[in-house]
Amino acid sequence: MLTRRDMLRLLGASGLALGGAGCSNAGAGGRESTPVADLYPIDGPRAIGDAMVSGSIGEASTFIWFLGGESASSAASAAISNSLLRYNDRIELEREVAESVEVTPDGETITFRMRRDVRWTDGHPCTADDVLFTYEALVDPATPTPYSGDYLLVRKAEVLDPYTFRVHYDKPFAPALESWAFCRFIPAHLLRGKDLPRDPYNRNPVGTGPYMLRRPEDWVPGQQMTLWRNPDYWEGTVWIERQVTRIIPDLNTQFLELKTGGIDAMGLTPPQFRFQTGTREFVSHFEKYRYLSSGYTFLGFNLRDPRFQDRRVRQAFAYAIDKDEIIRGVYLGYGKPLSAPTRPDHWTYNPNVRTYPYDPARALELFAEVGWKRDANGRLVKDGKPFRFEIITNQGNQQRIRTAEIIQRRLAEIGIEVSVRPIEWAAFINEFVDKGRFEALILGWNMAPDPDQFIIWHSSQTGPKQFNFVHFKNPEVDRLLEEGRSTFDREKRKAIYWRFQEVMAEEQPYVFLCVPEALFAIHKRFKGIVPAPSGVGYLSHLRWFVPPPYQKWTRTA
Amino acid sequence: MTAYLVRRVLLMIPTLLFITVVSFVVMRLAPGDPVQLQTELNPRVSAEARERLIAYHGLDKPIHVAYFIWLRNVLTLDFGRSSAPDGRPVIEKIAERLPITLFINVISFVLVLGLAVPIGILSATRQGSWLDRLTTLYVFVGYAMPSFWLALLLMILFGVRLGWLPISGLHSLDAYRMGPFEYWLDFGKHLVLPVFIGVFGGLAGLSRYARSSMLEVIRQDYVRVARAKGLPETRVIYRHALRNALLPLLTIFGLSIPGFIGGSVIIESIFAIPGLGQLFYQSVLSRDYNLVMASLVIGAVLTMVGNLLADLSYAVANPQIRLGAKGGD
Repeated sequence: MLTRRDMLRLLGASGLALGGAGCSNAGAGGRESTPVADLYPIDGPRAIGDAMVSGSIGEASTFIWFLGGESASSAASAAISNSLLRYNDRIELEREVAESVEVTPDGETITFRMRRDVRWTDGHPCTADDVLFTYEALVDPATPTPYSGDYLLVRKAEVLDPYTFRVHYDKPFAPALESWAFCRFIPAHLLRGKDLPRDPYNRNPVGTGPYMLRRPEDWVPGQQMTLWRNPDYWEGTVWIERQVTRIIPDLNTQFLELKTGGIDAMGLTPPQFRFQTGTREFVSHFEKYRYLSSGYTFLGFNLRDPRFQDRRVRQAFAYAIDKDEIIRGVYLGYGKPLSAPTRPDHWTYNPNVRTYPYDPARALELFAEVGWKRDANGRLVKDGKPFRFEIITNQGNQQRIRTAEIIQRRLAEIGIEVSVRPIEWAAFINEFVDKGRFEALILGWNMAPDPDQFIIWHSSQTGPKQFNFVHFKNPEVDRLLEEGRSTFDREKRKAIYWRFQEVMAEEQPYVFLCVPEALFAIHKRFKGIVPAPSGVGYLSHLRWFVPPPYQKWTRTA
Repeated sequence: MTAYLVRRVLLMIPTLLFITVVSFVVMRLAPGDPVQLQTELNPRVSAEARERLIAYHGLDKPIHVAYFIWLRNVLTLDFGRSSAPDGRPVIEKIAERLPITLFINVISFVLVLGLAVPIGILSATRQGSWLDRLTTLYVFVGYAMPSFWLALLLMILFGVRLGWLPISGLHSLDAYRMGPFEYWLDFGKHLVLPVFIGVFGGLAGLSRYARSSMLEVIRQDYVRVARAKGLPETRVIYRHALRNALLPLLTIFGLSIPGFIGGSVIIESIFAIPGLGQLFYQSVLSRDYNLVMASLVIGAVLTMVGNLLADLSYAVANPQIRLGAKGGD
């Protein structure tokens, strides 16, 4: 159990897709549908105050986002700082600190004009100098950061005037905008000339964001971190006084804390969402939300294995696997099938691509076209050899292991013998994925907000440690990916990625299985929550509040 | 005695060196390194960025070079910095988490000792009685029941159903505005369940140990002599037998010393107690080499010191064993 939990933490840090934690101790009780009296009927007035307490399995290690890769550091940094751009709840770019963004027609130069009313919490104005400083720190070889990649593509960055920042690229690079949305500023006036990884700033920062650390003692190592509202936040009033993050490594404990009021919100596992949160008590105090997560799960084939090289074989697999069954069995119905690698709520999503409903007869037809026929024993055989392969996945991820088992059973029904082998994460990556020693694997990708997928699918990305580890090579996809990442025009880009999805849906280099839903419960005293397809988090610091009668943790000076 | 002590202490040095070599090698042989675990399969991490991180953490050096660099630093008591993104000195991270682990373990140990000895004596002197059978039953249950499961059950009972005790953590959210009495009461309430779980598991073993030790002593000739002299049974047990029965417990005490800082991963994780057990476990998972090595070295030193203390106190307590004394009859 512990291994599984920590595995999830590691996977989270590795940017892999994951749904809930998959604690399968679904206890007694079923879905509670009895309507209950609304204990929190009023929706106003908006008021400052109260605290929102959440649990985290791991602790943040720094407030500087590019030094810490884990989700806890990332969340802490997001609360206290800003970037030029951001993504809204429709996963589209919008301006944050930038007032305007201009891309030259050749796509090689981007100019950001910044708002003039953004200040660091120590009173200093936030200027283009801070953006330049952050960029310089990112690309400095002495800075230990995993995230310098996109910024190393910048040929030249310059400050034109205190509120204008310009970057030049050697060639047009559309995901650059995404990289500036990720790039949250750090203050030049406090950190210039300092040894970043060792500076006390990491644990006692000054930011521009909606929340701030008031004093170092607000961060009790290993226990909790309290962030206070920034009373002068430039974007508007922040209503919830405190954001408290408690470190609770065990997800079962977190759930018990949720039930007893120790924490106010948490992501739930499918069994928790379905079976353990239906009691009258729970329903009267908590609101539950579900929305698509940004990750998808897939069955990937090693395309250097001749058996998987014919597209028809991969299509046959897509027909032979019942994706809905996986969604029902593993995610208790909380998920959506997909047949190309784009999330259904994305602006580039093409709803018309080929899909693969469960159809074993069709699968057998396709196998037969390639020469795989069932023998007297029911086995699928070609040239006297039965179709037999191994699916590997990472140990500790129960959802993937169960997915593999469901696939194993369905394939057995059409005469394919599949074995499933879970492998410890580090060995899984080093010995199997990196060295190409696998026949098929189950993994997940997190889909970035920018539609570019060059490094996952381009034929140049098949080297060791690169991400096209299935060795997918398709000239049209190569061309589309190259065009897509060098085109800024939205409609043109959309057309490119529509075609990309069509090709991917035909090719099935992976059998794209499903996008699990994120399941979330939050205490009902929090009002102003706006559910959107991609979640509830967008602008939550400006929208969420607790009406005075329901405030639980009284305001403190 | 002094010569013995010097010899024992000197012997520790090669032992310790050997332990560090083995730990260092085993740790590096495990698949994955800190950079891999931070960056693997993350499309946002470019190859160039990864190379830079590897060099930054000194992971590009061959293992023997890395070991000697580490050893040289440790000789100046520099255990290095954590490879976690916070990059803090590992000693600082360990020191931060030491007090709570030490506190819980010492309390648990005192409680275990204080309960195990009387239980052991009672069940030994009343061998076969209902009390003895009850403790035997308890011992089997205590051994067999996984502590995390018991912990969850107790959390549900006392935390969720009855609402008497907090579920996890060390302080309530509003502890910062409590008066001193309230504050410590709150802290105490948070410790009840973790300490109980620690005691429950530890008591099972130690009470059994005390029982068998007592049973053995009761059969000795000098106890028979004491009884034959017509001494009252209580005096026989508590004056003559008990002292000797306690001797083996000294060994247990010595061996428990490293456990004081070891902490329990399970208890600390389930109850969200920021102790050393959690830290060490996470550092192993994230291949935080310096942190793992520092914990192992400290653990090794404490184990050896504990052994030495056990041997010494044994000698002090038992006149029959005189270390360094030659021959003698």
